[in-house]
Amino acid sequence: MEPSKEKSADNANLEKQKESSISFDFTDSKKEIKLESKNTNVFYGDNHVIKNVNLKIREKTVTAFIGPSGCGKSTFLRLFNRMNDYIESFHMKGEILIDKKDIYDGDIRVEDLRKNVGMVFQKPNPFPKSIYENVIYGLKIQGIKDKKILQAAVEESLISAALWDEVKDQLNKSALALSGGQQQRLCIARALAVKPTVLLMDEPASALDPIATSKIEELIHVLKNDYTIVIVTHNMQQAGRVSDKTAFFYIGELIEYENTKDVFINPKHELTERYITGRFG
Amino acid sequence: MNNADKNQLKDVVFKYLGVFASLIGIILLTIFIASIISDGLKRIDWQFLTSLPSRKADRAGILTAWTGSLWIFFLTALISIPLGIAAAIYLEEYSKKNRLSRILEINITNLAGVPSVIYGILGLEIFVRTWKLGGSLLAGAFTLSLLILPIIIVATREAIKAVPATIKEASFGMGATKWQTIWHQVLPSSAGGIATGVILALSRAVGEAAPVIVIGALAYVPFVAQSPMDEFTVLPIQIFNWVSRPDAGFITNAAAGIIILLAVTFLLNGIAVYLRYRWQRHLKW
Repeated sequence: MEPSKEKSADNANLEKQKESSISFDFTDSKKEIKLESKNTNVFYGDNHVIKNVNLKIREKTVTAFIGPSGCGKSTFLRLFNRMNDYIESFHMKGEILIDKKDIYDGDIRVEDLRKNVGMVFQKPNPFPKSIYENVIYGLKIQGIKDKKILQAAVEESLISAALWDEVKDQLNKSALALSGGQQQRLCIARALAVKPTVLLMDEPASALDPIATSKIEELIHVLKNDYTIVIVTHNMQQAGRVSDKTAFFYIGELIEYENTKDVFINPKHELTERYITGRFG
Repeated sequence: MNNADKNQLKDVVFKYLGVFASLIGIILLTIFIASIISDGLKRIDWQFLTSLPSRKADRAGILTAWTGSLWIFFLTALISIPLGIAAAIYLEEYSKKNRLSRILEINITNLAGVPSVIYGILGLEIFVRTWKLGGSLLAGAFTLSLLILPIIIVATREAIKAVPATIKEASFGMGATKWQTIWHQVLPSSAGGIATGVILALSRAVGEAAPVIVIGALAYVPFVAQSPMDEFTVLPIQIFNWVSRPDAGFITNAAAGIIILLAVTFLLNGIAVYLRYRWQRHLKW
């Protein structure tokens, strides 16, 4: 197989990581670089959970983060909308750039950042309010009160999230009366309503059945035309189906970052291969 | 008798012990309420509710006492609810978890256990003397607010804690500020629990006699309080005063007063249950 097999795992990891930032695919260079991580390190207290990650993501693509539980992929995802800021022991070094602007700069307001970078969570988490109220929440907190604007936003967002036909007659019904899959699409609609350019998805289908999952995946395919999507998933097939590029993380390090088909068909790194073939402890 | 039989017997004995233990409170309360009602109910009429105190038992009324209690209820609510909820929000959502916040937390919990008469002495020193409020409604309301603040804070914190973290995360993720998240998500979701805690605390304030006696609330107030600076009496003091008279007529008055006080307390608890129900329905869980 590969020569890296003989090397100690740690050395190999570091090497691959350097390589991965170099081997970034420039063939699709019509698209601008949307997200970028430069020498990013994250610590929880003394715990070094993200180790010097470098990676670039182009706009209007889907990037999957894969890796075993606890490898830091969710933490890394949450750097892009600063959701880690609430963890008291959290601190980071390096840069996270969105549209070439460091989002950890002092002059960035996290509220503005998050209007641009929407997030969908692992467990559907609609507010205990009506479907309508859920979708307009982001607009409401921006102070938008005009009924016409809100109504239009609700319809547009629900259509984008492929939920409109199912709920258009019951917008005042509690969001919690919806099925899990519908709730998750409602959460996507809620995120879309404030017109972000980036969507972060943290295992968005892990709590859903296969049919609901495939609906979310179809949706991701469509949304890719307008949004830059980053998805964390434990489901290899899902990563293979929905993403253009795949980043494999292992114990806080970015081991491999390539076009998805290359990662799955011809992984460069032994760890990646072992992980995607399920031969992992 | 073998071992299995013995265990069976123990089981039965313990069961009946348990039944007895849970019934004893209810039985005693029923006996108490029944005897109070049989003594006092016949005394409750329009004249009793609308008359000022008097030296003659059959002409004495409870007007100043129940209006005083109502004043105290609303003033105490006005002072303690905003303070208590604000303190709870701060402790739960804003304060960093460090040594200072832990000391603060432990002390607030301990304060809930301080005897009410101590609060009376504190109120006497601060509100009556230093702030020169005298034995006024305002001094009483401040004192009782101190007394029930820890209860409100603890209850509110519990209610806030019960709001799922995923909801807050969703709100922050949408670009909401901390205050917007508290206002639009945390408070509506916890309103039922907060209301219950607040009303239970307030009904305790209405039932207290000791601290208001210490700050100088009078047993004999021959007028209905018109402003927060007026002197006052409350139902528990009036009852205490009547009970201590030798005249049998006043004992009947005391029983009638107790019925009124109990009715007020049950009414408040009823409102608490209703509010809880309404808020939970309003929230589309």
